[in-house]
Amino acid sequence: MPLPQETIATTPKKRFHGLFSTSIAAYSCFGRNQVPATTGYSLLHMNKPDDAEIVHFDNVGLRYGTGKEVLTDVSFTLFSGRFYFLTGASGAGKTSLLKLLYLAQRPSRGLIRMFGTDAITLPRERLPGFRRRLGVVFQDFRLVQHLSAFDNVALPLRVAGVPEKDIVRPVTEMLEWVGLGDRSHARPATLSGGEQQRVAIARAVIGRPDMLIADEPTGNVDPDMAEKLLRLFEALNRLGTTVVVATHDIHLIQKMPDSLIMRLDKGRLSDPTGALRYPPRSGAAPSRPELPRL
Amino acid sequence: MSMLPAALEAFQGEWRERASAESRLLPQGKLSGPMPWVIAIMIGLTVVATASGLALRNTARVASADVSGGVTVQIVHGAPRERDRQAQAALASVQSAPGVLSARLVPQAELDALVEPWLGTNAGDDINALPVPALIDVRLSDAANDSQLESLRTRLKSSAPAARIDAQATWLAPVFEAIGGLQWLAGGLIALLAFATVATVLLASRNALGNHRSTIEIVHMLGGTDTQIARIFQRSMAVDAAAGGIGGLLLGLVAISLLGHQFAALGSGMMTSVGLGFSDWLVICCIPLAGVLLAVVTARLTVLSALRGML
Repeated sequence: MPLPQETIATTPKKRFHGLFSTSIAAYSCFGRNQVPATTGYSLLHMNKPDDAEIVHFDNVGLRYGTGKEVLTDVSFTLFSGRFYFLTGASGAGKTSLLKLLYLAQRPSRGLIRMFGTDAITLPRERLPGFRRRLGVVFQDFRLVQHLSAFDNVALPLRVAGVPEKDIVRPVTEMLEWVGLGDRSHARPATLSGGEQQRVAIARAVIGRPDMLIADEPTGNVDPDMAEKLLRLFEALNRLGTTVVVATHDIHLIQKMPDSLIMRLDKGRLSDPTGALRYPPRSGAAPSRPELPRL
Repeated sequence: MSMLPAALEAFQGEWRERASAESRLLPQGKLSGPMPWVIAIMIGLTVVATASGLALRNTARVASADVSGGVTVQIVHGAPRERDRQAQAALASVQSAPGVLSARLVPQAELDALVEPWLGTNAGDDINALPVPALIDVRLSDAANDSQLESLRTRLKSSAPAARIDAQATWLAPVFEAIGGLQWLAGGLIALLAFATVATVLLASRNALGNHRSTIEIVHMLGGTDTQIARIFQRSMAVDAAAGGIGGLLLGLVAISLLGHQFAALGSGMMTSVGLGFSDWLVICCIPLAGVLLAVVTARLTVLSALRGML
């Protein structure tokens, strides 16, 4: 289902009709809409990772109240268009680190730069603009219970002020592609855990975020669905979205051999090569951090 | 010229769409609850208090205008013939005094009617045996003041030595003071009701915020602004307040109508002048609007203040 070449060349990234859906369809393996991954459009828009820094943490520490630090001296840089796994045992601080990434929490110390702006001193009024550039899949889904699956997925677009006439089609297509086309009017309470998970993912990606952050996105789905979701993330990543997936599912990580891995251990980022640190600990470190492959 | 309606229509369409989209973020029905009823009671009481205050003000104004230039000359003498002579002399003297618009000797029939409640008119009641003073009702061109009264006293000293001259406003001063006090009371009641409305809306908004905290957090995480969230609450509050306001206004109007009939039935000279003018009714009809505005502003400020505590 390729789009005409001239359409592709002039279509802005944030246009919701057709552009995004066609791209996803090219990689999607949900439901009836399987399309070969070798369409002209898909190849044309397969963004290569670049050196543009998207997130930079420098000696970040986080403690809740007066408790002990749950994150200590965390330093790393995430680059645009890359796929990152954040792994670690339960309680290692993965969710806390993600909260800092999706600006739900301010650090107790250290520096955070996001999209080239100091996120620590960012005025509260500017937070919504930054958050709209992020897509978040929460561990507990956080669907709005009184809204249907359709309205939940449409939420980021409505919040962003997208006109209603431009919402119906992409949301319907997105629900189709996550295999929930026939459940669009269902409330979250009537959906299974896996279905809720897919609604949460659809909501996170509908706005074409610059960075997708997913906290245990496959925790409630069977292995087949987990892989399908992973392929969806991969498709988004190929379209240029930076993806950060927190998981302790080793099999999931192994299915993405090109991904970069961050390990958290008791609140500290494991960094055996020093590639995560910025500036690099040694002059020999590569300018673009190459994390150890699993 | 056709550009303006088109632009207005486009704006309305956009506003309606935005309102519709935002209204879906929170369950609107659950925000309402008892709020319209509470606001209806508040507005109803405010309408009654305001109408009472305005009616009292009108009464005081009318009465004050009636008596401000009024002077009463009493001829207090035990001998009826001498009393009548002095009364006629005083009347003639007063009529020719500068600053006097009119002067009339109060007829005996009116005097009898005045004293009737105390002395009676039944057979055997010999009211003529009592030395009731003769009264001259004088109207001055301006409000009566001490120098004018003194001038009249000097003028009547020789022709009617039994004359006592009083400004009518002096007698009614305590009544005006009481009316002023009642007006302040009405104002205080209105202020208290406004305060109670603010407190009710504040509590309702906080309660609604607490009930929808998880949804608000999600909307925040998706890039929703404080203003967007506040708009949802203030819109819901506006609907509640408008419904309550209309109900309260009707309630208040019924109460005013009943009170009006009650006072009219008193048949008091002062109360017949009680009434509400066009501007008064306009003020009363604006009360629900003021209530809606107060509720909306309170809801907005409460929600924005609470949201500032969230990241």
